Amino acid sequence: MDFTFSPEHIALRRMIREFCEEELRPRAKTLDREGRPDPEVLRLMGEAGFFGVPFSQDYGGMGAGETGYCILMEELNRVCPSTATIIGAHIGIAAMSMYLDGSPAIKQKYLPDICAGKKIAAFGLTEPNAGSDAAGIQLRATLEGDSYFLDGQKMWITNGPLADVIMVLAVTDPALGARGGATVFVVEKEWSGFKPGKPEKKMGLHGSPTSVLNFDEVRVPKDNIVGQTGLGFVTFMKTLDIGRVSLGAATIGGSQAALDASLRWVKHRTQFGRPIANMQSIQFMLADMAAEIEALRSLVYRTAWLVDTGRPFVKEAGICKLLGSETASRCIDRAVQIHGALGLSRDYHLERGWRDARIGEIFEGTNEIQRIVIASELLQEVGVRIRP
Amino acid sequence: MDFSLNDEQLMFRDLFRDFAEKEVAKVAEHTDKSEEPPLAVLRKAAAQGFLGATIPEAYGGAGLDQLTFALLIEELAKHCLSTAVTVAVHTSLSAMTLLEFGTEEQKQKYLPFMASGELGALAITEPEAGSDPGAMQTTASRVEGAYHLDGVKSWVTNGALAKIILVVARTDAQQLGAFIVEKDSPFVAVGYREPTLGLRGLDIRTLYLDEAPVPAENLLGELNAGREVVRRATQRLRLALAAAALGAAEGALALGITFAAERKQFGIQIAHKQALQNYIADCSVDIESLRHLVQYAAWLADTGQDYGRYANMAKYLGARVAKDAANKMLQIHGGYGFSDEYAISRIYRDVRALRVMGGTDEVQRFGIAQDVLGDKGIQITP
Repeated sequence: MDFTFSPEHIALRRMIREFCEEELRPRAKTLDREGRPDPEVLRLMGEAGFFGVPFSQDYGGMGAGETGYCILMEELNRVCPSTATIIGAHIGIAAMSMYLDGSPAIKQKYLPDICAGKKIAAFGLTEPNAGSDAAGIQLRATLEGDSYFLDGQKMWITNGPLADVIMVLAVTDPALGARGGATVFVVEKEWSGFKPGKPEKKMGLHGSPTSVLNFDEVRVPKDNIVGQTGLGFVTFMKTLDIGRVSLGAATIGGSQAALDASLRWVKHRTQFGRPIANMQSIQFMLADMAAEIEALRSLVYRTAWLVDTGRPFVKEAGICKLLGSETASRCIDRAVQIHGALGLSRDYHLERGWRDARIGEIFEGTNEIQRIVIASELLQEVGVRIRP
Repeated sequence: MDFSLNDEQLMFRDLFRDFAEKEVAKVAEHTDKSEEPPLAVLRKAAAQGFLGATIPEAYGGAGLDQLTFALLIEELAKHCLSTAVTVAVHTSLSAMTLLEFGTEEQKQKYLPFMASGELGALAITEPEAGSDPGAMQTTASRVEGAYHLDGVKSWVTNGALAKIILVVARTDAQQLGAFIVEKDSPFVAVGYREPTLGLRGLDIRTLYLDEAPVPAENLLGELNAGREVVRRATQRLRLALAAAALGAAEGALALGITFAAERKQFGIQIAHKQALQNYIADCSVDIESLRHLVQYAAWLADTGQDYGRYANMAKYLGARVAKDAANKMLQIHGGYGFSDEYAISRIYRDVRALRVMGGTDEVQRFGIAQDVLGDKGIQITP
C-alpha cells in the first residue's frame, strides 16, 4: 500500500492550484453573475494543457491519467464549479468517449485540437424523452450513400452553446434501438442543419452553458463514426462509468471549499461573547464535514488508481458519484448554516456554491441511477440480474 | 380530544385557498424572477382583510385565532413563500406585538392602519447581533420628551415597505427597549435589497437610524421590555413560519406528484418506481407530523396556554420538513428540477431560509433543550 501521490501529480496539483487562485478565483463570481463562461479563462487553460490532462501525449494530451484528471477536477471545483463543469463535459465524457473507442484516424483528426482547447467538445446523450432511461433515445441517423443524416433533438447538453465538436448518440437501426442499433457520431458545429439552442436558465452553474441541440438532416460522413456502428450505447455507457470517478473528484473540491470557508468564519464570528468556534453545534458540523471529505478523498483516488491500473472500477465509480454529490450538498449546506444569514446572501460566495452543488445529485445519471448501477453490480456478484 | 377544524375555520381555509390559487399562484414565478415584492397581491390580500386577520375587530381587524391564521399562512405558502413570510412578519412580529405590548392610545393609533394593509416590521438583528440579540449595539438615548435611536439594523423583513417599524435598541448597558418608529422620518434610511438565494420577493433591508428622534409616547411597553418583546414576537413568528413551512412542503409535494405522474421513463410513469414512491411516502409522513405539531401549538396559543416550546419545535421541524420535501421533490424532477422554468427549484431555494430566519436551527435546538432540561432543573446557557 502506498497512498502518496507521484512527484508529477504533486507538481500538477501545484500548477493547477496556482492557476485557480490567480486566474480563476477572481473571475468566479463574475462568471456566475453574468451567466456565461470567461473566454480568457478557457484560453489560459488551453495554453496550460488542462483540456487534455488524462489523455496520452500521442494525441496532444498531458498523459496524467485518471488520477491527474481527478486532481484537475478537484482543484477547479474548489474554486469555480461552472468552469469545472465545462472541463468535465469536455474531457470527462465528450473527449473520453472518442478516446476510449474511436479509431486512430478519428482520434488523430480531433483529439489534438480538443486537448489544446482549440475545439470545445460536448457529449450528446440526453433527449426530452430519454433522461434516466438513456436507452429511450430517438434521434435518428439514416444512411444514404457514404453519409448518415441525423434528425432529432438532444437536451440538457453541457457546453451545447460552446461546443465546436459534439459526440452524438443516434439510432442507426430502429429495430434494435439503443442496444445494438445506436451509433456515436462526431458532428462539427458548422455543419448545415445543426443548431444549438439558447442557454437554459438554471438554478446554478450559471457560468456553464447548457442547451438543447437541434439536428435537422445534418449530413455526417461515415468516417465520423466513433467506435463500431451499432455499439454506440456501449461506448457512451462505458464513458459515463469512468466519468463518475472525476465527478466524485470534483465534489471533494466543493466540499473542501465549504469546510475551508467555515473554518475561516467560525474563528472570527463572535456571538454570546465568544467566537462561534466554541459552540459544539458548530464543532460537530465541522467534524462531520471533515470525516465525510476524508472518506471521499480516499475513495475517489483509490478508484482513480483502479482505473489507471486497469482494474474493474464500475461499482466504485458509481459510489464516487453518489457519495461525492451527497457529501458536497451536505457540506455546502452546513457551511451556509454556519454562516447564518450571510450564507444566504448573493453578495457572498456560499450561496453560489450551494446552488451549484445540487446538480451533482442529478446529472450524468441521477443518484437513483447510481444506486441502480451499484446494486446491479452487487447483485450480479450473487447471480441476480436486475433491470431498472 | 377533537382534531377537526370548526365550521368557521373550514370556511376561512377555503377562502384562503381560493385566494391563494387564484391570486398568489399566478404571480409567484414573476415575484421570484423580478425580485420584487408582490405588491398587487398584498393589496388584494389587504382588501380581503387578510392583513388584519388576527387583529381584534375593535381595531379594524378580523379577530381570527392563531389556528385560523396558520391556515392563511399555510395556504399562501403553498404557492409563494415570499408572500406568506411577508404576511407572517407583518402580523406576528409587528401588529400582534403592538397589540400585546402597546398602550390603548398606540393601539388606536396604529392597529386600524395596519389592519387595512399598511405593513409593519420589527427590527432586531444587527451585523454583530444575529443569534445573540443581547449583543446589539443600536442605542436609544433619552432626551427631552423623546428617545434618539442610533445604529444599524440588518435583515429587516418588510424594511422598505413597512410604514411602522418596531425597533429594539439598547437603553443602557444591560437593558433593551422597544420603540414604535414611523418610517417617514428623515433620520431613518433604508439600505439596498440584499440579493438572496431565495425568498427574492421578500423585502429584506438594512435600516440606518441616525439619531432618529422618537417621541417618548412611542415607547412600546415598559422602558426595558425589549427582551420580552423579542421573546414574545419571535415565539409568535415561529408559529407562523412553521405554518409557512407546512404550506411550502405541501406545495413541493404537489409538484413532485404531478411530475411523477406526467413523466415517463422505462416505458411507465416514474410514479411506479419504488425509489420515488419512498420519497413521496416520506414527504407525506413529514407533512402530516408537522401539521399536527403546528395546529397543536396554535391550539395552545388560542387556549391561552404557554405555546413557546411547541412553536419552537414546530418551526424547527417545519424548516427540516420543508427542506426535505423540496429536496426530494426536486430529485423526482431530475434535470428539470435544476431549471428555473420549474417551480420546484424556487421552492428549494426559498425554504433554505427557514433554517436561518426567525432563529437558526442551532438556536432553536438550544431553546428546545433549554426548556426540556429546565423541566428537570438543569439550567443551560448558550
